[in-house]
Amino acid sequence: MACIEARGLRKAFGTMIAVDGINLRVEEGRILGLIGPNGAGKTTALNAILGLTPYQGELKVLGRDPWTGRDQLMRDACFIADVAVLPRWMRVWQALDYSAGVHPRFDRAKAEGFLAKTTIRLASKVRELSKGMVAQLHLALVMAIDAKLLVLDEPTLGLDILYRKQFYDSLLNDYFDRSRTIVVTTHQVEEIQDVLTDVMFINRGRIVFDCSMEEFESRYLEVMVNPEQIAAARALKPIHERQVFGRSILLFDRVERQQLAALGDVRTPSIADLFVAVLSNQSGAAQGGTR
Amino acid sequence: MSTSSNTVPGSPLESQVTAPAVIAASRRMYWSVRRELWEHRSIYIAPLAAAAVSLLAFLTGLTLSPAHRHEPLDIPYEFAAALIMGTGFIVGIFYSLDALYGERRDRSILFWKSLPVSDLTTVLSKFAIPLVILPLLSFAIAVVTQFVMLLSSAVLPGSGLSVGTLGARMSFFHMSLMLLYHILTVHGLWYAPIYGWLLLVSAWAPRAPFIWAFLPPFVIWGVEKIAFRTSHFLGMLQYRLTGPEPSTTTARSGNLMEMMSALTPVQFFSTPGLWVGLAVAAIFLAAAVRLRRYREPI
Repeated sequence: MACIEARGLRKAFGTMIAVDGINLRVEEGRILGLIGPNGAGKTTALNAILGLTPYQGELKVLGRDPWTGRDQLMRDACFIADVAVLPRWMRVWQALDYSAGVHPRFDRAKAEGFLAKTTIRLASKVRELSKGMVAQLHLALVMAIDAKLLVLDEPTLGLDILYRKQFYDSLLNDYFDRSRTIVVTTHQVEEIQDVLTDVMFINRGRIVFDCSMEEFESRYLEVMVNPEQIAAARALKPIHERQVFGRSILLFDRVERQQLAALGDVRTPSIADLFVAVLSNQSGAAQGGTR
Repeated sequence: MSTSSNTVPGSPLESQVTAPAVIAASRRMYWSVRRELWEHRSIYIAPLAAAAVSLLAFLTGLTLSPAHRHEPLDIPYEFAAALIMGTGFIVGIFYSLDALYGERRDRSILFWKSLPVSDLTTVLSKFAIPLVILPLLSFAIAVVTQFVMLLSSAVLPGSGLSVGTLGARMSFFHMSLMLLYHILTVHGLWYAPIYGWLLLVSAWAPRAPFIWAFLPPFVIWGVEKIAFRTSHFLGMLQYRLTGPEPSTTTARSGNLMEMMSALTPVQFFSTPGLWVGLAVAAIFLAAAVRLRRYREPI
């Protein structure tokens, strides 16, 4: 059973189509990065997956229809929405008590263990914590839940780099165990590149690129081309070309590494570079994946 | 599609199958109500403050004018109870208006919805505050206040155990019972549609729930008055606020406590207005539950 399965998922707000017929299948044990510009429909798609918004089309999350069974789904799924949503009046111990009271899979001792590694005190109110500490608290609450699916929508927005790094480190080291599934959206793509197992680009409500990280690394290469060889490089049909400090960097899809090594320095591109390339070739020429 | 192409081998689907941990609905309800008490501390602070004020006033009166000591104690007792219950009612109104609006305004609805608590449980727990928790709390606080009044008037130097206080003591339990009856029937059941309406507005209002709650009745009253020169709607509201008229009883003595309990349970529960009100409350609540499912932070 796939963790998330969507067919023709669609959602419109009036005349504005936020999600335009997405087909999606996320297997168990994956860490999927959903990358897209602002207003691409990421949050709307995630809201549909979490049962926060009604939708058209077929959608099954952990075998359930999220819209009609949100509360049951939340026994096995969990999410952190884009900005700090922990109630500001709440004290840390109240958040622990309440979660333990209503969630059958919440492990209070585990949450306290995570909190012990931070400077957060149990008696503090959420409003007294810094933004980074609130994110730590929320992560501690979420990681103490033995969930099958975790959805993170811009979980590190507005945090400084130390907190961001720590956030993903603890997620990987203390939480992810290959039987869970994580879906994450973020604008800081570079920071999660090593974390992901799969990446998906979404633009204007459609999935425009979809590929596993292994495939990504074997397929895409970036070459800083020596100026005298630029014509030869262009003949190999790069999918994108950009200029950095007067030198051309060409991005290739499915071209042999040895062939490219003769043209200049070869390296694996960042997801961000590929994202720019795919979005600027929006006609669909750069469609990836094995669909 | 690539996502499925290389699932980690041996990722143990089977080992994930744990015994379905279940939390009883009553436990979720209990924690939801507790959560409300954490957030809205005025639920118990306001009636306690009212009790403190009435106690202070009573003691001041006792010390300043000892002549009152030998009068029957009913009147300050009733006023203390009325003050505490009135405070509870006002708190209930403001609480209900904020209950489903505040969580959208501060975006915490996204946190609450990330936990396995249904919209029905949430709305019912919020409804239980003005319907059950506030009346019972007000009752408990009022009874304790009255008891302290009784004790202090008995032990204050010079007053002794007068016939008046003795008489009051005799009727103390009777009074408490009447108070409980009044508070559960009128403040709980009879006012249910009022709280239901406020919760509905709170779940729906894009902003300013206070205006949305009070403007429509005002407009309906005005329109009815202009168009039909009648004021049935206003009469209906008055009927709802003042409670079922004890028309069949003789209680017109001006004694607050007697008026409160002028309706016998049989009369009260056979008042059609009660059942109509409860049905309306149920409709409002069902709409509020549905709305909460659709609502996103504002």
